[in-house]
Amino acid sequence: MLKFNLHDRYKAVVIGGSAGSFQGIVKILSKIHSDFPLPIIMCLHRLKHVRNGFVEALSIKSIVEITEPYDKQNIKKGQVYLAPANYHMSVELGHYFSLSTEEMINNSRPAIDITLGSCSYVYRDKLIGILLSGANKDGGLGMKYIKDKGGLTIVQDPEECMIDTMPKAAMNLTTIDHVLKIEQIVQLLNELHKLYRK
Amino acid sequence: MKDVDIADLRRITELVKTKHGYDFTKYAMSSFKRRIVRILEMHNLNIDSLLAKLQHRAFAEEFLNEITVNVTEMFRDPSFWRVLRDDIIPAILLNHQKIRIWHAGCSSGEEVFSMAILLKEMNLLNYAQIIATDLDTNILDRAKKGEYTLKNMELNEKNYIRFQGTGSLKDYYKDINNKAVLDKTLVAGVSWRNHDLVKGAIFNKFDLVLCRNVMIYFNQTLLNEVLKKFHESLFKYGYLAIGSKESLIWCDIANKFIVVNNEEKIYKKIKD
Repeated sequence: MLKFNLHDRYKAVVIGGSAGSFQGIVKILSKIHSDFPLPIIMCLHRLKHVRNGFVEALSIKSIVEITEPYDKQNIKKGQVYLAPANYHMSVELGHYFSLSTEEMINNSRPAIDITLGSCSYVYRDKLIGILLSGANKDGGLGMKYIKDKGGLTIVQDPEECMIDTMPKAAMNLTTIDHVLKIEQIVQLLNELHKLYRK
Repeated sequence: MKDVDIADLRRITELVKTKHGYDFTKYAMSSFKRRIVRILEMHNLNIDSLLAKLQHRAFAEEFLNEITVNVTEMFRDPSFWRVLRDDIIPAILLNHQKIRIWHAGCSSGEEVFSMAILLKEMNLLNYAQIIATDLDTNILDRAKKGEYTLKNMELNEKNYIRFQGTGSLKDYYKDINNKAVLDKTLVAGVSWRNHDLVKGAIFNKFDLVLCRNVMIYFNQTLLNEVLKKFHESLFKYGYLAIGSKESLIWCDIANKFIVVNNEEKIYKKIKD
């Protein structure tokens, strides 16, 4: 049994991913508990001009409902959120989402750095950041913001990644607490679930 | 990324408000902060040197231009423009001879040109009265010019094709010196005006107000205030179009509107 040295004061989990992350995300969402205690906030690179279909594809095997939040929608425990196409997605201090159409970052909108960065500002050391497979460096800086605020940083094991540029970018920029395979990320999230049930 | 705290943001918004009359105090926090950080990095400034520069009117104009987000596309969300063409505009014409349209926060004008093209293809351009407003005079000047980089036109073309227009977007612009120069006759009847949604007064009544992806930069308080202005600016049964991931459900006067098309976020005013 793995020991992740977790505690029950986390407020949110944020996940970033790009090329090669889809299968991993599907696996995570199919294996977590239906009453997962924290909001899961996901920013995944996606086609800019295809508004529909992505949530549906992710939802097929997911235990929990996935929604693309509206601007100013409140964040709730146990909900899974996905950054909508062609918008950047941030979290605000009042624990709601805000969307924006600012310039692309790292050639991406939604950009992972923006979602991770704003989460780190709001949740500080009570945030778990997970960065998965991807072909560019977006998310690397975001993971650094999370670490700088005292959050927990996790990347998918580059060995397991279809394309390891993204997790390696994060590993070059900051301290990564855990380098894990998808199966182990699931174990960590399930360990977390147990902690909150006590 | 430089860290800018809330107190710094307050100092900036207070100065800009008292000295230059632009009120950013009710803007959404995280995007506003990113704009400030962007300006600091672009001009290699810190908060104090930014505050010093903001004393000058010329820099304040530049600041205004950079703080507002001017990223837009022609025919963004092509399915939205199809619904306008196929449902909304025909519905307006059932009751009105002319269509009065307000583009609120028109930025560099892409949506105004999109609307003009849509109306022209319906042979209705002469039956429309379009007013396009923005708080930034520089961006209005750019909108009037109707010149876009060719790189952006690739995306605009793709959107137009998915909009299923009657021709090709190329029918409406010429490639001059590596710029796409739009046909000015499209917007010959458009009235471009400098208008600030935050403090500007109601100035007309409309059948259709387009304000897509503008109010996402406002906080809920300001959103409520601006929605009130839109409500007053609309004829009864007039339409309000907002961005695909915006919603009015958390607004004070949401009950004075009904959703006509939820996917495209088109609302109709049903109560005065």
